[in-house]
Amino acid sequence: MSDEKKPNRRDFIFTATAAVGAVGAGAAAWPLIDQMNPDASVKALASTEVDVSSLQPGQSITVLWRGKPVFIKRRTENEISEARNVKISDLKHPEKDEDRAQNPEWLVMLGVCTHLGCVPLADKGEYGGWFCPCHGSHYDTAGRIRKGPAPTNLEIPKYEFVNSNTIKIG
Amino acid sequence: MSDHNYTPSSKFGKWFNDRLPLLTLANHLTDYPTPKNLNYWWTFGGILTFCLITQIITGLVLAMHYIAHADLAFSSVEHIMRDVNYGWLIRYIHANGASMFFLAVYIHIFRSLFYGSYKAPREIIWILGIMIYLLMMAAAFMGYVLPWGQMSFWGATVITNLFSAIPLVGESITTWLWGGYSVDNPTLTRFFTLHYLIPFLILGLVVLHIWALHVPGNNNPVGIDIQKPSKDTVPFHPYIVIKDLFALLLFMIVFAFFVFYSPNILGHADNYIEANPLVTPAHIVPEWYLLPFYAILRSIPDKLLGVVAMLSAIFILAALPWLDTSKVRSAVFRPLYKQFYWILVIDVLILGYVGAMPAEGLYLLIARVATAYYFLHFLLILPILGKIEKTTPLPLSITSPVLGGSADLAMAKNTDVRKEKL
Repeated sequence: MSDEKKPNRRDFIFTATAAVGAVGAGAAAWPLIDQMNPDASVKALASTEVDVSSLQPGQSITVLWRGKPVFIKRRTENEISEARNVKISDLKHPEKDEDRAQNPEWLVMLGVCTHLGCVPLADKGEYGGWFCPCHGSHYDTAGRIRKGPAPTNLEIPKYEFVNSNTIKIG
Repeated sequence: MSDHNYTPSSKFGKWFNDRLPLLTLANHLTDYPTPKNLNYWWTFGGILTFCLITQIITGLVLAMHYIAHADLAFSSVEHIMRDVNYGWLIRYIHANGASMFFLAVYIHIFRSLFYGSYKAPREIIWILGIMIYLLMMAAAFMGYVLPWGQMSFWGATVITNLFSAIPLVGESITTWLWGGYSVDNPTLTRFFTLHYLIPFLILGLVVLHIWALHVPGNNNPVGIDIQKPSKDTVPFHPYIVIKDLFALLLFMIVFAFFVFYSPNILGHADNYIEANPLVTPAHIVPEWYLLPFYAILRSIPDKLLGVVAMLSAIFILAALPWLDTSKVRSAVFRPLYKQFYWILVIDVLILGYVGAMPAEGLYLLIARVATAYYFLHFLLILPILGKIEKTTPLPLSITSPVLGGSADLAMAKNTDVRKEKL
């Protein structure tokens, strides 16, 4: 066995230089990577306000928020009770309707199928809610996944009622 | 060079290298014998490679956000500056990087002029270098057009109008270049395409430039051939690599100074005004690195001849290996050439200065004298100087000037050799 060599001054300088060089290269690389993240002009569009005064029960509209469709549905009494009477244990992604709709009459959710991103069709499918034509996912009247390949319920964005007629998404 | 019989140590390395000799190439680049007397003026080749790569990377990033359209280009550049994450940094690196690139290339060229690096057997390296320089100017000019500011627009107008000086077909060529009857959207989109293409052409030429360099090996400050590789050279790695990196570090400090402390000092304020085809800025000048040629253009009171003179000033460099008739490479041993070299440096600086000044009165006179001298230097002084100049004795080898004791003997011997040649 050879004697173990103690690191000398030169080894230290090499290691220190390489370390500083690596930090410098990382610092130089970060702006080049970060420039591909959403820029300030994209972030500025992060919220949108929607006037829903013209919607009658049973009607829905689709608005664009951050480049994605958002479904705003004014639900009928039937649809609400249907959504509330489902046994939670029957759900693939258990969520109470009360937790999905701040105001039971209004359902606001991303119109993006949680499977692979297609836009589901309204008033279709076996559960009276939405149906995704791409790979056959069925959502109920609360936008919860009931059948098909999608793993989770339709996503609820952050939103609030600015007043009784206006919803602010984001 | 001794790398022909290189064998990788590992089995896989050998298997791979037999099919694609990348390891042989890597070994050649590592062991490449480099004259051990290279000074810091020789570090600019590495610095220029860094500049090219920086421009390509930052340019690719900018192209992700830039929009090549006459209506949108200007605001997309402002979008880069204000909205894109670190967009300001990337654009300032790219814009100042062009200036740094030219700064380095001018030092590189003038190093070559001083030490006679363009002479046999390195003419092809030199000519490839001039081609790279030409492409750099084209890329820089077209890049400057892309922000679509006032200077972009009017710079593009003036430079493309140079082609209208060509007799008979000039007008048609200009219209063809523009894709219209003035600089407009078609001009912008084609300039963007070419601006994107040219750096990759430069990259290809750089590979050839280095390949051609590695055939005879580097020139060196005393300008004589390597006698004994074992005595006169050091391997490229680690000696030159570390030296190049250190010089690069110093260069990056200068670079960073411009980027962070005066990012607009080398540009023109007018270029922050969107292009307006109805109004020309009061004083229109190109970027600093093109000023000497701009001065030559303006010094000739004839449209066609002005353009011819400007282009000749560049192309004459390609003929330099044959215009300089002296067999001695380094100016260190050419007392007269050394003086004319510095006069040329001053002449080019003067041309650059008057190029930035209005073309009238005394400035015009100075520009004319300096232009005349520029051509005189290459066409008359250099050919004659090589014939009449009495050069000082060359050392016998790269090593001998360092080893004081044997230098005299070496020089004496060498003088004899030189006499025989003459």
